[in-house]
Amino acid sequence: MLAYILRRIVQSVLVMLVVALVSFSLFRFVGDPVATMMGQEASQADREALRDRLGLNEPVIVQFGSYIARASTGDFGISYRLQQPVMELILSRLPATLELALVSGLLAFTLGVGFGVYTALNRKGWLSGTIMTVSLIGVSLPTFLIGVLLIWVFAVELQWLPSFGRGDTVDIGPWRTGFLTESGRASIVLPAITLGLYQMTLIMRLVRAEMLEVLRSDYIKFARARGLSDRAVYFGHALKNTLVPVITITGLQLGSIIAFAIITETVFQWPGVGALFINSVQFVDIPVMAAYLMLIALIFVVINLIVDLLYYVVDPRLRVDRAAARH
Amino acid sequence: MTRPITRSPLRRLAAGLMISAAVMSAGLTAANAETIRWARVGDALTLDPHSANEGPTSTLLHHIYETLVRRDLDGSLKPRLATEWFIHPDDPTVWVFKLREGVKFHDGSDFTAEDVVASVTRVTAETSDFKGLHTAVAGAEAVDDYTVHIKMSGPSPLYVQNLTNFFIVDKGWVEANGVELPQDFKAGEEKYTVRNTNGTGPYVLESRDPEVRTVLTTNPDHWDEAPQVTEIIYTPIKEAATRVAALLSGEVDFVQDVPVQDIERLSNTPGVAVTAGAENRTIFFAYDVTSDSLISLPGDNPFKKPEVREAMALALDRDAIRQVVMRGQSVPGGQNVPPFVNGHDEALDAYTAPDYDKAMELMTAAGYPDGFAIDMHCPNDRYINDEAICQAYVGMLGRIGIKANLVSQSRTIHFPAIQNRQVDFYLLGWGVPTFDSQYVFDFLVHSPEEGRGGWNGSRYNNAEVDAMIKSLATETDLVKRDATIAEIWKTIQEDRVFLMVHNQLLAYAAKDNINVAVHPENQPSMTDVTFK
Repeated sequence: MLAYILRRIVQSVLVMLVVALVSFSLFRFVGDPVATMMGQEASQADREALRDRLGLNEPVIVQFGSYIARASTGDFGISYRLQQPVMELILSRLPATLELALVSGLLAFTLGVGFGVYTALNRKGWLSGTIMTVSLIGVSLPTFLIGVLLIWVFAVELQWLPSFGRGDTVDIGPWRTGFLTESGRASIVLPAITLGLYQMTLIMRLVRAEMLEVLRSDYIKFARARGLSDRAVYFGHALKNTLVPVITITGLQLGSIIAFAIITETVFQWPGVGALFINSVQFVDIPVMAAYLMLIALIFVVINLIVDLLYYVVDPRLRVDRAAARH
Repeated sequence: MTRPITRSPLRRLAAGLMISAAVMSAGLTAANAETIRWARVGDALTLDPHSANEGPTSTLLHHIYETLVRRDLDGSLKPRLATEWFIHPDDPTVWVFKLREGVKFHDGSDFTAEDVVASVTRVTAETSDFKGLHTAVAGAEAVDDYTVHIKMSGPSPLYVQNLTNFFIVDKGWVEANGVELPQDFKAGEEKYTVRNTNGTGPYVLESRDPEVRTVLTTNPDHWDEAPQVTEIIYTPIKEAATRVAALLSGEVDFVQDVPVQDIERLSNTPGVAVTAGAENRTIFFAYDVTSDSLISLPGDNPFKKPEVREAMALALDRDAIRQVVMRGQSVPGGQNVPPFVNGHDEALDAYTAPDYDKAMELMTAAGYPDGFAIDMHCPNDRYINDEAICQAYVGMLGRIGIKANLVSQSRTIHFPAIQNRQVDFYLLGWGVPTFDSQYVFDFLVHSPEEGRGGWNGSRYNNAEVDAMIKSLATETDLVKRDATIAEIWKTIQEDRVFLMVHNQLLAYAAKDNINVAVHPENQPSMTDVTFK
């Protein structure tokens, strides 16, 4: 187990290095940060001088080397745009994104599993039909449009919920949370629905398909033959076995929720790392972009690790296999 | 703004979900007559008054810091921290500024001539983003507590026009905090001034969360009349649809950067008023008029032929662009300088309706009866509907046989390409912060030469014009100077160095009880806002 984790960590570092290298090379095509940093009256000489000060005149490989060297000590440089340390910027924005991802992930998981089980057990019901149809709309509409529609209905027309921002926040140590204020809780509703809708549909359809598959299998028939109650059969046997692929998908989806919160954060002016990234791209703020991509890579790597470990917990056969292999 | 609570099942459901009606009324109440909630597309980049020469940054800083002179709504200069300014009667290279007495910085220290001197040092430093506006400065000297002499390297009759975004800092404060110079990125450390302020302005910084919310409250010790707005809550909202929605839902009171397609609808919304006005920015096309070979058409340069340039002008249907692309929100013209800038000429600004037959004749006369193919470069995230303007013109050029291949890119790629002469036919917008044509000539018309001609992507090269442009900088006889400006305009308009499209209009949207005028530099001041 320990060796397994260590091996995974070494792999993770390699993945991170590759991500850093790829993103660093890509940034050369995003444009010239100096163009947006200086006013229109700056002379060519001024621009050169600034490029020099930013270290942009060095070969990419040298820039990359010194970047990695500094990054390994936790120093990601100064944002060209906001003139503040990148690490501090990202850390101050991360709670907003994590809270949004958490709420929308929970929403997607509970509703997804619930609807999935329901539609699997009641295949013919009118409610199942409705849920399936609505879920189709959920996957086919772009996130941007869903967000704008929600804002239009719930913020402009009904005026029930705020249209942008995070509301009032409370600082608990380094963590800035919106959960403790009424306006903070109201603010998270629309973005969380927007962000979670696609994942919910995905989980729901997956649970439904798996559940239907499992219900047809022999051991369910045997369980029924033993006279177990519906409840025990559905939730004790069927659902538990359904959940293995669902956990995998949900885990990976949690990563994409954080990574792809960009659009939702932009639509709702949610002050998270996704919005920070988009603003940085437009300004060619290389230190922020690089650090953000590293962070996303890290999140994916960690989530994959956790998912692998969760397999052990849910599926006893893996433990048996692993143990058998050692002997 | 709070709506009466209705007993609909949906309403109860929502209340049960998470939010009580009471919370909502607290969150969405209308502004009282003192607070203004202000939203625009981007936030100020920094609070350092000399490190980012960028519109939204200067706009916010004008509320905290003050300048020696300010730009009024009509474009004229008005006193601010300086009460009088003039060129020294005995020395044409010295500007004299008489300062306002009894002004205090937010921390209570007095404003004196030494602070202006320290600010001049700071704004002319290598790491200052404003140093381009102060290149002629040789040094500053405090003659007495309320008189400053700024020594120029030569006669600079219009230097005071460059000072409308020159913020004055407190000498003692910058020294105490080690921020005598603007931020240097190489140093890799954050400057104190990025987050902390000490100005003389009408508002004091209450709190700041970059890109989330900045709160300013009135400075009780300010020298000028107290403004009606006593608290400013400034929130950037990047997405246009959300920005408009926030105004409609009553969560903000005043919105800048209103998308042109929403102007009409907002104007028809009860409770919302839209104010439009001319912006100090022209949108035009430029093309390489001197090279023998174009980048996208090696071995040939049709733009060198005056007939082709005239044909291209005849093909440009400015009124169609105004109606279709800009939804009426632009002022078409023929001279690429805004109307309130010194040197603007009604006659030169006139334009003709398109004439495709005549244009085709000219193309044939120039030796291109079958036209030619060329790349057209365009930004897609800088000006109002920039890419759509280019697309429209591509179609118009097609009617006279010019096949323009539209290359639409982000401004971060487009602008360096122009400066590095990697494009030969492009769209550009230009604002004139000095409100004088010399600014346009220096950057766009003069041939490249230390500090001048950096944006001359037209490759226009006319020694006579260059000499005239140079003479403007030091000509103290303003009548003679204006005559030279007129002559330069006449020449470059005849040579068709640029193909002007239109002046941009700005639109502000606000609740209809708020009076806010459009500022030509898009720098609205909350001190001017009044409530009905």
